[in-house]
Amino acid sequence: MELLIFYPLALVSVILALFVVFNKSPIGSAVCLIGMMLGLAGVFILLQAHFLAILQIIVYAGAIMVLFMFVIMLLNLKDDDTKWKIRERNIFLSSATGVLILGILYKIIDVTTDTKFDSPATVPDNFGTVEVVGTTLFTDFVLPFEVASILLLAAMVGAVVLAKSKVD
Amino acid sequence: MVPLTHYLIFSAVLFSIGVLGVLIRRNAIVVFMCVEIMLNAVNVSLIAFDRYLNQHDGQIFSFMVMCVAAAEVSVGLAIVIALFRNKATVNLDEINLMKW
Amino acid sequence: MSFVNLAFLVPLFPLIGSIINGFFGLKIGKDRVSWVACAGPVMSFAVTLVLLVSTFFHPEGTPYPEQSLFTWIAAGDLTVDFGFQIDPLSLVMMMVVTGVGSIIHIYSIGYMYAEYSYYRYFAYLNLFLFSMLLLVMGNNFLVMFIGWEGVGVCSYFLIGYYFEKKSACDAGVKAFVVNRIGDFAFLLGIFGIFKMFGTIDFTEVMTAAPTTLIFDGEAATLITMALFIGATGKSAQIPLYTWLPDAMEGPTPVSALIHAATMVTAGVYMVVRCSALFNLAPFTMMIIALIGGATALMAATIGCTQWDIKRVLAYSTVSQIGYMFLACGVGAYTAAIFHLVTHAFFKACLFLGSGSVIHGMHHEQDIRKMGGLKDHFPITYVTFLVSTIAIAGIFPFSGFFSKDEILYHALMDGNVIYWGMGISGAFITAFYMFRLVFLTFHGPSNVEAHVHPHESPKVMTLPLIILAFLALTGGLLGIPLFHGWHVLHNWLEPVLAFDLEAALHASEVMLAEHGHHVSFAEVLHKAQHTSHNLWVEIGLMAFSLVVALAGIGTAWFFYLKRPDLPAKLVKGQWGFDLVENKYYVDEIYDETVVKPIVKGSDLLWKQADMRGVDGAVNGVAQTIGFLGKIARSFQSGFVRNYALIMVVGFIFLVIISQIEV
Repeated sequence: MELLIFYPLALVSVILALFVVFNKSPIGSAVCLIGMMLGLAGVFILLQAHFLAILQIIVYAGAIMVLFMFVIMLLNLKDDDTKWKIRERNIFLSSATGVLILGILYKIIDVTTDTKFDSPATVPDNFGTVEVVGTTLFTDFVLPFEVASILLLAAMVGAVVLAKSKVD
Repeated sequence: MVPLTHYLIFSAVLFSIGVLGVLIRRNAIVVFMCVEIMLNAVNVSLIAFDRYLNQHDGQIFSFMVMCVAAAEVSVGLAIVIALFRNKATVNLDEINLMKW
Repeated sequence: MSFVNLAFLVPLFPLIGSIINGFFGLKIGKDRVSWVACAGPVMSFAVTLVLLVSTFFHPEGTPYPEQSLFTWIAAGDLTVDFGFQIDPLSLVMMMVVTGVGSIIHIYSIGYMYAEYSYYRYFAYLNLFLFSMLLLVMGNNFLVMFIGWEGVGVCSYFLIGYYFEKKSACDAGVKAFVVNRIGDFAFLLGIFGIFKMFGTIDFTEVMTAAPTTLIFDGEAATLITMALFIGATGKSAQIPLYTWLPDAMEGPTPVSALIHAATMVTAGVYMVVRCSALFNLAPFTMMIIALIGGATALMAATIGCTQWDIKRVLAYSTVSQIGYMFLACGVGAYTAAIFHLVTHAFFKACLFLGSGSVIHGMHHEQDIRKMGGLKDHFPITYVTFLVSTIAIAGIFPFSGFFSKDEILYHALMDGNVIYWGMGISGAFITAFYMFRLVFLTFHGPSNVEAHVHPHESPKVMTLPLIILAFLALTGGLLGIPLFHGWHVLHNWLEPVLAFDLEAALHASEVMLAEHGHHVSFAEVLHKAQHTSHNLWVEIGLMAFSLVVALAGIGTAWFFYLKRPDLPAKLVKGQWGFDLVENKYYVDEIYDETVVKPIVKGSDLLWKQADMRGVDGAVNGVAQTIGFLGKIARSFQSGFVRNYALIMVVGFIFLVIISQIEV
């Protein structure tokens, strides 16, 4: 049953990701990316990580991608020309990379065909809910949480400093 | 029952697409988006393992990844804007002043 | 009271003079330079006189005093002091060196006054005296070797004094290089001595010699041959004599001091000092006598054909030193030293006299452009004549006594071949020396018109007079025939005494220990039965006198009575060409020794050094540069390449982590 939900979601996400890479317009890429994130949010819900699914939509698709859109429109980027040469040199290196990545994939599949992980573990009912995640976050992981907030502050300051115009 | 393997393969495929995008595209912002794809793929993998092992650590980790992604995107885009202001292009091939 | 503590002053005075003149000479002016330069040798001479007198009162049989300044080397088995020994032999040499040295320094004031680098000349000359005194005063082989090398270096400096002339520089280099070959052999000898004796102190080696070296054994022969080859280098004998005629490029007082009186006699001194070793090697003694005699004869023949005043005198020096070695070769060490002393007197006088002529003729040296100078150079002529008579060996001048003693011992202690070489050499010596006198001072004048010859100032003629007087009276040191009147022999006896019987007996014992039973009885018998035959001696003296007079007469005939005859007789004779070109020895050496060495060095330089060593070093640098160029290509500034490299690195790490070893 879950498989029936998982496969379409996964397929859609992969196709949208491919569109992100091979789209000639940046706005098109951004929109496809938003779609892919929505698909991923679905996958998260399938995995009973409700809090994170919502977070994905609100933060990623809602804030980060909007920021992307803002910048694309601000810079008024035109479409890329379609004939990107797969770089002038190092064709050999690129193909080797491709082969190697496939190899890694195979290896991963090989490793993970361990049947121990065929069925998920029994989880309590409130697994992945806001309360449980929140409790864990504020008790066991409070330090990373605080550091993350400082990180966000630093990022904000950094962004303002970098992007402001030089007129003083 | 979806075996864990499927989720992992899904994550790996997404990750490879992200890497491919980084290596192929010339537009800096699109490259950035491909980096986001990679981060999302990792998130998937983390949460899948969490579910199959009945833990919360992966979800917290995933939370932090999102947090960092947000910070990174904001600073990165600010850099791209600054770069655009100087060179009027976001084409990575033309940004090669660090040549030897 | 022992005056030996003053010994170190003797070399010190000239050294101080050299340092002062060398560093400050240009600033203090020529007159002060002269005073400083001459004060050194004169004060050394005074101290030597004091030491000489104190040695008169030295009790017999006790070892002679030594002064050790400090222990120089103390390394394992080798202990070497820097010390001086004051015994009769070194005192004779010190008197000659400081005495004749002082005289020549005073002469040089007049000769060199017009030179710009006046101070440099005296600095080097004083340095030379210092080295020579180290050589003769040293109490071990190493101190002597320092002096040996030092005189070689100073000879190089002084020969190349007129360094703007290429011929002078070449002559200096030639002298040094040929000397060096001899020095190498000398060093090998010293190494051998250290190996056999464990010490290189003179007294210890000479007293231990009979009981350490087997008579006529390989060790004795090899060591003494090595030492003798060193002596031939320094004293210009066959085969290492070719540097001495070229050394005449230096100023004339240098030729007088270094190449007549002192440096070239260092080899003779060394052989006499090591007489205990040489007495144990009869084979080497034979070689020494043969080489000495051959050199005496060969150089005398060359001297007959030379046209440069100084060259004639140079070959004469080579010839006379050959006589000294001939004496050493037959065991007559006292005669060798006697001839050394008298030769110093008359040869220095001859060189200084020729210098006076050259100076007065404005540096003309070719005797074909002289003639009839005796009116222009009265004092020089008389002193030159006196010295020439001395060298020819006419009674009662000094040369007669010394040369005659050598010839007597050559016949009695050696054999008739040695005597034959000696007496023929004496004839030719008389001949060419008087040829020189007649062509220079007598006969018609061939002087060129622009040259106005004039006599030299008193500062130059006074030394000539002193030396001529010594050449006249020097024979008093060694009056033969009357027992006990040979002053030099009595003086040197304690140093040169050698108990042959005990030595032979010790050798027999040593050989018996190794299982060889040899008897040296007939050697002993032969040595003991050469007695002092009075009538033979008188007969020989008369004969050599006749021979010398015949030589003078022949020269008079060919150069005064019939001066046109020599040119007619030698025209077209291949023998004359051979002799005039010095038997082509220089050319032979050049082809067989010099050219292969130069070619070999060239080969080594081009191949081994430039291509091999430089190539390796440069190759390392080039390799690194090449690798750097490859590494540089990574920094393309191309962001996508960087990303690619990151991905490749990541994959690489993953693969590595999966490899199960």
